[in-house]
Amino acid sequence: MTKKDVIVREDLLGTNKQIAAEIREALGKRGILGVNFLSSPGAGKTSLLERISERLRGEGRIAVIEGDIETERDAERIRAKGVPAWQITTGGACHLEAKMIAKVLPEIDPAIDFLFIENVGNLVCPAGYELGEHVRCVLLSAPEGDDKPKKYPKAFTTSDVLILTKSDLYPHVPFDPDRAAKEALELNPRLKVFITSAVRDEGIDALIAFFRESRAALIRHA
Amino acid sequence: MHELSLIASLFEIVVEKASEHKAREVTLVTIKVGPLSGVVPELLESAFEMYKKETIAGRARLVVEPLPFIIRCRACAAETSRDNPISACPACGSADFVIVQGTEVYLDKLELETD
Repeated sequence: MTKKDVIVREDLLGTNKQIAAEIREALGKRGILGVNFLSSPGAGKTSLLERISERLRGEGRIAVIEGDIETERDAERIRAKGVPAWQITTGGACHLEAKMIAKVLPEIDPAIDFLFIENVGNLVCPAGYELGEHVRCVLLSAPEGDDKPKKYPKAFTTSDVLILTKSDLYPHVPFDPDRAAKEALELNPRLKVFITSAVRDEGIDALIAFFRESRAALIRHA
Repeated sequence: MHELSLIASLFEIVVEKASEHKAREVTLVTIKVGPLSGVVPELLESAFEMYKKETIAGRARLVVEPLPFIIRCRACAAETSRDNPISACPACGSADFVIVQGTEVYLDKLELETD
């Protein structure tokens, strides 16, 4: 018997990255902007998507993929707004992976303009897995505290957009949106920051305008 | 984090490489991990011990080597390497930089027993 050293240098997330790149390209070719929402559980991803659904369903074409450990609840909330939604239940896994999106993709109308993906509620693991999105949004809600960006850096360093949600609670909880934004921008100066309240229906139009601009840019570069 | 799913991906590569090199056994697995990978080496080791049973790497040892965090500043072009993540360029103070290394987790090398 002989011993042999083999240099491999292979990324453990390589397969996921490759599938994600294929999804990104397939969506881009059809003029579909892919958006991945990540946050801790209860930060308001589904409520925000309900508001976005209400606004965009009139002009047609969006679809939503919901990721959760269990239940169809989130997909049902989106369908109730008249928007097609697919629920992925991971059965325990703490994040969505690109192959899960690839499985659902053939069922989705290729004539849509926006595909929103709501990741499993978790501020840690989803950050490590690209899903083929063009825009990654991290949400931070008022009750979570404005000190979270530096405690959970990867979600903020890998995102394009920071959405500070539940601004209706600012009078009631010790959360300083300027401090939260400053912390996040120190980690990632590229972040575009939006402040929203799904309950009061505030700040949603600015966010949608940004998604529209991002889609226009995607089409220009295609 | 999701160490078990990373170890599952690791074993897909290990099994493929072992068969490619006609190995009887895998004896050492070396992984490199960046400080911003979100991976906890201790958890990776536990997941590895759990997963390796009844595989070609059943008796293998896992070595997790840390990678330095390297940034290149967009303002002054300085490249800086540190053990832990930094949020500004130490040369000029700018926060506008590219992460050159530090987010990755990869299988670096294997030690195999062959006939």
